[in-house]
Amino acid sequence: MVEVKQISKQFGENQVLNDISFQFEKGKTNLVIGQSGSGKTVLLKCLLGLFKADKGEILFDGADILAMTSKHLKLLRKEVGMVFQGGALFDSMDVESNVMFPLKMFSQDSKEEMLERVNFCLTRVNLENVNKLYPQALSGGMKKRVAIARAIALNPKYLLCDEPNSGLDPYTAILIDNLLQEITHEYGMTTIINTHDMNSVMEIGEKILFIKNGKKAWEGSKSEIIQTDSDSLRDFVFSSELFKTIRRHAQ
Amino acid sequence: MGFVVAIGKYLLFILEVFQKPERRSVMYRLVVRDIYELGAKSLLFVIFVSIFMGAVVCIQTATNMEGSWFPRYLIGYATRDTIILEFSPTIISLLLAGKIGSNIASGLGTMRVTEQIDALEVMGVNPASYLVRPKVFALLFFNPLLICVSMFGGIFGGFMAGTLSGECTATEFIAGLQYDFIPFKAVYALIKTVVFAFVISSVSAFHGFYTQGGALEVGRSSTRAVVYSSVLIIVLNYVITQILL
Repeated sequence: MVEVKQISKQFGENQVLNDISFQFEKGKTNLVIGQSGSGKTVLLKCLLGLFKADKGEILFDGADILAMTSKHLKLLRKEVGMVFQGGALFDSMDVESNVMFPLKMFSQDSKEEMLERVNFCLTRVNLENVNKLYPQALSGGMKKRVAIARAIALNPKYLLCDEPNSGLDPYTAILIDNLLQEITHEYGMTTIINTHDMNSVMEIGEKILFIKNGKKAWEGSKSEIIQTDSDSLRDFVFSSELFKTIRRHAQ
Repeated sequence: MGFVVAIGKYLLFILEVFQKPERRSVMYRLVVRDIYELGAKSLLFVIFVSIFMGAVVCIQTATNMEGSWFPRYLIGYATRDTIILEFSPTIISLLLAGKIGSNIASGLGTMRVTEQIDALEVMGVNPASYLVRPKVFALLFFNPLLICVSMFGGIFGGFMAGTLSGECTATEFIAGLQYDFIPFKAVYALIKTVVFAFVISSVSAFHGFYTQGGALEVGRSSTRAVVYSSVLIIVLNYVITQILL
């Protein structure tokens, strides 16, 4: 489980996160939603230790990363898989080397064992025969899947994703969402996904944190969203005619 | 104030670069790759430039000595010293600051803006050490070799220009090359080269590594890397010369 307690982050005069507390549960897809610029990515980067929160606590199974030495933080990071918005695949490496990279750096496995693991991870994300392709030759959806394969290569306890289906067509986006949910349940990971895609919210939102202007505005699950009486959440989630209709029917 | 902060940031960056690598075997492979990418791929460029610059140095020296009582073998002597003392270590390093420095800065800058450096950090890999240290080692090792090749290329260019244009005979030129040769001058040139190699790799990497923004910023970082490296090379050239000669 990952827990944030009253964390705040300020850049100059701009208060990006303000006193946010939340529990991201193990074995569930935890979604962080909010408009662009609401502070979702900053929250995720604080969780990863890429930004240092000004105050509060960030607990990974009870261990506060803000109080950790860089050595301990490095050890913890080996248990964290991260899927970046653009995939962040290494341009100079082919797909196989990208997925093998964390194994090469941190596992003691032989080359054959590593290759076996790479192929397993690629198969798990429904990619085959792409080992020797370079990122430039992959579609957006394939890049995201390779990024997921790389993120799960070391069997992480925590999986963090920054807008994993942004820029994808609706069909591929749903495939990625379902894949993330399946992996989360299969490996019992604590998965945290930043998104502003309402399809994702309604598809895989087992636990949802809604951020508005850097503050926690609402928390709950996808089923509770339909019944919400929070104006700001309603305005955000049900802004399109389609979702307004869905909500009317659900009610 | 900003300058002092930048120096402090640069020194902290250098400390990060020389932290213990996660896997030594991986680092050795990266050093070999960077020797090829940054060093060996510059070889033809260096040879080409050196031959022509050597030729120009020789012709200019001969022109200046025209009608004077100086013996013609001094053309070879002056060409040798100009190339060994200044042209090869300094001018070629400046050219390499443009070629290799911009390559390093734009490569790292692109990795920064596409979150590849963040990805390394999140994986628990020290990105400064993983990405920059091999480049520094590669240049420290290979640039002195490049400069030696440049010295030979420059002298060969001077020899060809001098003899083909009839400014001096081959015997005169070779006699000049052998006249009053002080080996320390070559050592001095190689010391300069090693310092300049460190400047090119570390300063360019520093600018690329801390790129912020998008593609436009990558270009700006690349330009800054070349400008700062070149200025530092010029200043350090004076300082080292003052100390060693």
